[in-house]
Amino acid sequence: MTDAIRLLIGTRKGAWIYESRDRAAWSVEGPLFLGQIINHFVQDPRDPGVLLMAASTGHLGPTILRSTDGGKSWTEARTPPAFPKGEPHGRSVDHSFWLEPGHPSEPGVWWAGVSPPALFRSADGGDTWAGVDGLNQHPMVLEWFPPEGGTPDGAILNQVVIDPRDARHMYLATCSAGVLETLDQGRTWRPLNQNVRCDFLPDPYPEFGQDSHYIALAPTDPDRIWQQNHCGIYRLDRPGERWTRIGEAMPPDVGDIGFTIIPHARDRDTAWVWPMDGTEAWPRTSPGGRPAAYRTRDGGASWERQDRGFPAEQGWFTVKRQAFSGDRGDPMGLYIGTTGGEIWMSGDEGANWRQIAAHLPEIYSVTVATGS
Amino acid sequence: MIRVSIPSQLIAYTNGATRVEAEGASVAEVLDDLDRRFPGLKFRVVDEQDRIRRHVRIFVGPEEAKTMDVPVGTGAEVLLFGALSGG
Repeated sequence: MTDAIRLLIGTRKGAWIYESRDRAAWSVEGPLFLGQIINHFVQDPRDPGVLLMAASTGHLGPTILRSTDGGKSWTEARTPPAFPKGEPHGRSVDHSFWLEPGHPSEPGVWWAGVSPPALFRSADGGDTWAGVDGLNQHPMVLEWFPPEGGTPDGAILNQVVIDPRDARHMYLATCSAGVLETLDQGRTWRPLNQNVRCDFLPDPYPEFGQDSHYIALAPTDPDRIWQQNHCGIYRLDRPGERWTRIGEAMPPDVGDIGFTIIPHARDRDTAWVWPMDGTEAWPRTSPGGRPAAYRTRDGGASWERQDRGFPAEQGWFTVKRQAFSGDRGDPMGLYIGTTGGEIWMSGDEGANWRQIAAHLPEIYSVTVATGS
Repeated sequence: MIRVSIPSQLIAYTNGATRVEAEGASVAEVLDDLDRRFPGLKFRVVDEQDRIRRHVRIFVGPEEAKTMDVPVGTGAEVLLFGALSGG
């Protein structure tokens, strides 16, 4: 590895940047914005000096923080995501959760998923934002996103995913309508949830209502979608419409509940998950107190445990939605941030893991950026 | 002229000042005037539907203002606080 890698770390109490040229020695910069809740911290791959953070605090309203010089200086978005004053449902943005750089053909465009669930777009590198009415004012919006529904910190539109072949084709992952798809860049939407289970609804296979924790397109085959759902691990190969529960091949004592799924940078059949305990009271800890990633190399037909380096017992952390990332190295590097404030990495595609930071606040987000 | 007390959570907007001055005959007008001079401050305190945020408290003198239309008399003091908000 010769290009520097930067890990952009968002936590419940601020942001940090870890940088390495060899994935062995890491330097740290931070804290940045100590005390602010940083739900997502993302580089613009089209303009690598641009970094955005989704920020809020325990007291104040939400905002977007921007750097155009690789993190040396920061300014606040002039117009952060906000619903129109007087909008029909009386909503206000509680926090921005997900920041997505737009399609490569649209420099300067960014998308934001917020809580309560809604979609916002910026056309100027994240400085000013406007709501996407095709979703936010959709006739089904209160059924897809019931005001009282959603996750403990508030219902979220937790992910925006763009087809690299077509800027108009986008997917959303949401906590109360599952996956939604648009073919016209947000003017019209439809649910894409066939065969995805809802253990918590009377109809276990509804058209919408699923809690889609994380979706990812295989980088070398964007027709392959991986999904870590509240109720299992799934795969969908487009133009198919019906998801397959590939998590049924996970060991029964581990299960297929988790927050995130990371596809391999070059192999369409390989992906990693980070299982958590979904039994009884839903502790959401590492199952059995034995942290591990699980990897499939055959599209989900089988899974192998990868725990070398992690505590063999009494390890109870877990990994949240945005806190698992991979780089584009060969072999691919993997990075997790834990609820216990630790960063772990593997430089050999999960075979061996080591801790590269500890004692941080609860980690919400780990993304990989190119070096400064 | 209205005297305004700024809590620590907002001094990044006021160049570190904990006391500033503003104009206005209501809480809304005072916050609008503050936002003109310290862009972005108002949205951190009040949401887009003009509701005071859950963990912010605003007082006009000794009385808490629950809405933005509370009048502010000449020479009054407006105090902004970050309320109790978890760990």
